[in-house]
Amino acid sequence: MIANQNGQKRSLRRSIRLYGAYISMNVRSIMQYKASFLLSVIGQFLVSFNVFLGVFFMFQRFSKVRGFSYQEVLLCFSLFLMEFTLAEMFARGFDSFSGIVRQGTFDRILVRPVSPVLQVLGSRFELTRIGRMVQAVIMFACGLSESGVHWTLPKIVTVLFMLIGGSALFTGMFMIYAALCFFTLEGLEFMNVFTDGAREYGKYPLGVYGKRMLQITTFVIPYALVQYYPFLYIIGRSTNAVYMFLPLAAVLFLAPCYGLWRFGVRRYQSSGS
Amino acid sequence: MEQLHTYMQNTGLNPGGWRKYFSFFRMRFFMGLQYRTAAIAGMATQFFWGMMEILLYNAFYKADAAAFPMSFRALTSYIWLQQAFLTLFGAWMFENEIFDAIVDGNLAYEMCRPVNVYNMWFSRSMAMRFSRVCLRCLPILLVAGLLPEPYGMSLPASALHGLLFAVTIFLCALVVVACTMLVYVLTFYTISPVGLRMVYVCAVDFLCGAIIPLPFLPDGLQRVIELLPFASMQNVPLRIYGGSMSGGEMVRAIGLQIVWIVVLIAVGRMLCARAMKKVIVQGG
Repeated sequence: MIANQNGQKRSLRRSIRLYGAYISMNVRSIMQYKASFLLSVIGQFLVSFNVFLGVFFMFQRFSKVRGFSYQEVLLCFSLFLMEFTLAEMFARGFDSFSGIVRQGTFDRILVRPVSPVLQVLGSRFELTRIGRMVQAVIMFACGLSESGVHWTLPKIVTVLFMLIGGSALFTGMFMIYAALCFFTLEGLEFMNVFTDGAREYGKYPLGVYGKRMLQITTFVIPYALVQYYPFLYIIGRSTNAVYMFLPLAAVLFLAPCYGLWRFGVRRYQSSGS
Repeated sequence: MEQLHTYMQNTGLNPGGWRKYFSFFRMRFFMGLQYRTAAIAGMATQFFWGMMEILLYNAFYKADAAAFPMSFRALTSYIWLQQAFLTLFGAWMFENEIFDAIVDGNLAYEMCRPVNVYNMWFSRSMAMRFSRVCLRCLPILLVAGLLPEPYGMSLPASALHGLLFAVTIFLCALVVVACTMLVYVLTFYTISPVGLRMVYVCAVDFLCGAIIPLPFLPDGLQRVIELLPFASMQNVPLRIYGGSMSGGEMVRAIGLQIVWIVVLIAVGRMLCARAMKKVIVQGG
């Protein structure tokens, strides 16, 4: 029993070390093309800056939307953007997975004595998303200083939970996208609605889109658990302490995603040429 | 006289010469029609996008209807048309083949053909956009028309508005393609398209009213932006349809569209001709 536990610990430590090696490899290879890296970072920044401009100018005209002020929306937008960007930096390997399946590279992954998930995660590390991260942090700082939120320890912990739960949820989405490639061999463009679409419309608290949309994002694809409810707790619109822990519940969403992935791996028939 | 004739032929101004560009258009158009699966996925995505936009503006409308710069009906039509004609308007839609031809030197083959490169690429780009729109717009409009009252798409503000919509959407396509042609042509000078393309897409997305419709911007800013060529893109047909523009405003907007088409094409052709004269083919 103890030996088994030690073994598990050792294999976990090994995985973490391996993943570190993957990341450093990715970063070093990106840094070979510094100019192109810099341009991509600026590009990432500009694209999401446009989204910000849209929000900014809407609030030049309207003072509130469903009771949320500009500063509050900024806070919500920045947190959600951070969640997405974290997931995208670390788990974008799943996004380019259709290529791995189509070219038959997945065969090579399967014969290696390391978990396929780890290898796919390690296949890409998107440092260029740092451009978007910078913007999210700046917006967060603005929202932080001007929204008049009274910060307490539970609220700070809630922010941490949101980052963990949110990036886990997006990672799960990327994983479903990848798992579906086992069956369709190509990426399904429609899945973008659940990742890029969520990022785009998560700029406003999800309750803004009406009751129906809130129900869908609570029970079907639980984005509201990592965005709307904990956010209500942070800005003090709700004192329900349960809202604080909802982002952690969203982590559970990873389980069915992983299940689908495992099912796909078991059904996988090589497709390479 | 003979000289003038050859000159006209070389620059593609020869009326008989238009036929070959029309065949380029036809060829590309039918090629574009092949991508049906992509079109279905795209339609589903655009439908979702439109629905979310409308729910969002609905919330703002409920918050303060007086601050709304156009009627809600005009806005829903604006959004559904924007989604339906997305592939006609899209600033991000470049043809990588053209960039590749410039960067890796395949351009040399294109130059051997007895055609004007500018005109050929222009007709090609128009064809790509029209073929994609043909595949996508009708189903989206049909479903959007069937949606219940505040969310659905309504008929044009009047018969005249409908007619002018059809005219201006065509002019709009010409402006969009003339602008993307400038980006292609400038790539001759910058070699790498990456930076230019990125800045162009971001700037145009905001300035043409793709992020938020231009009337939602503060008045002073809107007045300045409306003079730019980018405001002659989707801004004009989408607003005319719902009646957010009328009378003198429409006439002025259409006039500006025509001016920009002439200016952009003239500048593009001039730069292209200059680049052709001293083009250095990269790679081999």
